[in-house]
Amino acid sequence: MNTPVVHLSRRYVFSASHRLYTDHLSFEENEAIFGKCANPNGHGHNYGLTVTVKGPVDQSTGFVMPLEQLDAAVRQYVLDIYDHRFLNMDVEDYYDLVPTGENIAKRVWERLAAPLGGALHRVVLDETRNNRFEYTGE
Amino acid sequence: MSNVTISRRFDFSSSHRYYREEWSQEENERVFGLCALPNGHGHNYTLEVAVTGTPDADTGMIINLVDLEAAVDGVLIGFDHKHLNLDTPHFTERIPTTENLATVLWELIGDALSSARLSRIRLYETDDLFVEYYGESAA
Repeated sequence: MNTPVVHLSRRYVFSASHRLYTDHLSFEENEAIFGKCANPNGHGHNYGLTVTVKGPVDQSTGFVMPLEQLDAAVRQYVLDIYDHRFLNMDVEDYYDLVPTGENIAKRVWERLAAPLGGALHRVVLDETRNNRFEYTGE
Repeated sequence: MSNVTISRRFDFSSSHRYYREEWSQEENERVFGLCALPNGHGHNYTLEVAVTGTPDADTGMIINLVDLEAAVDGVLIGFDHKHLNLDTPHFTERIPTTENLATVLWELIGDALSSARLSRIRLYETDDLFVEYYGESAA
């Protein structure tokens, strides 16, 4: 019997501050590229994080993945580390990487890929209501 | 001509319960948690139905929205304000999870859309939980 393959998505939120700035460029160059996002003390966002897993629906439970398993992985590997932090200073992912929405989406993907056992399909990061970043591991 | 996708949103409200008769009460509670409570519970579901095709040269439409709405409403009448386990024939063997409900709706809406190609079902159980189904299956 063919088993349907379904995408399951869950949305989470975390609040963090960041500064878009790289030591590889001068202050003037940083300001030219990153504008007010280069202000020295950073600023914050309420980030929305939608994590999608893809897989066959278990015939017995009707689940692609138990929600507790998905929630636990996102909590342990992302939210507990990112929430209420200054990403540049408090999270090693960004010690040498500018925490743009693009890079955050990619780092979140890398953090979740192994714990979710290959079921991870897409990471969508909402930085504001108007800015959205999607990464599918390409 | 290019393929274009049009998507229309619908709302319906249903109750459900996650429970397998062949499992013990303890096993059901372990796997399904609060969803195994005896009398069920409900959600306001939001359904997005996407149809993909080439716009008709005369009308500019992939599908007439009146026809899309009629097809989907005709399916949803069997689910809206119903208990999915008890009042529909679809969940005697399957648990009415969001995943399974999406695949059931895919089959029924696909059959109802005689001329247009259903390309995606997106079903929100709550604002922060949704599934998407594209008709894929694994052997």
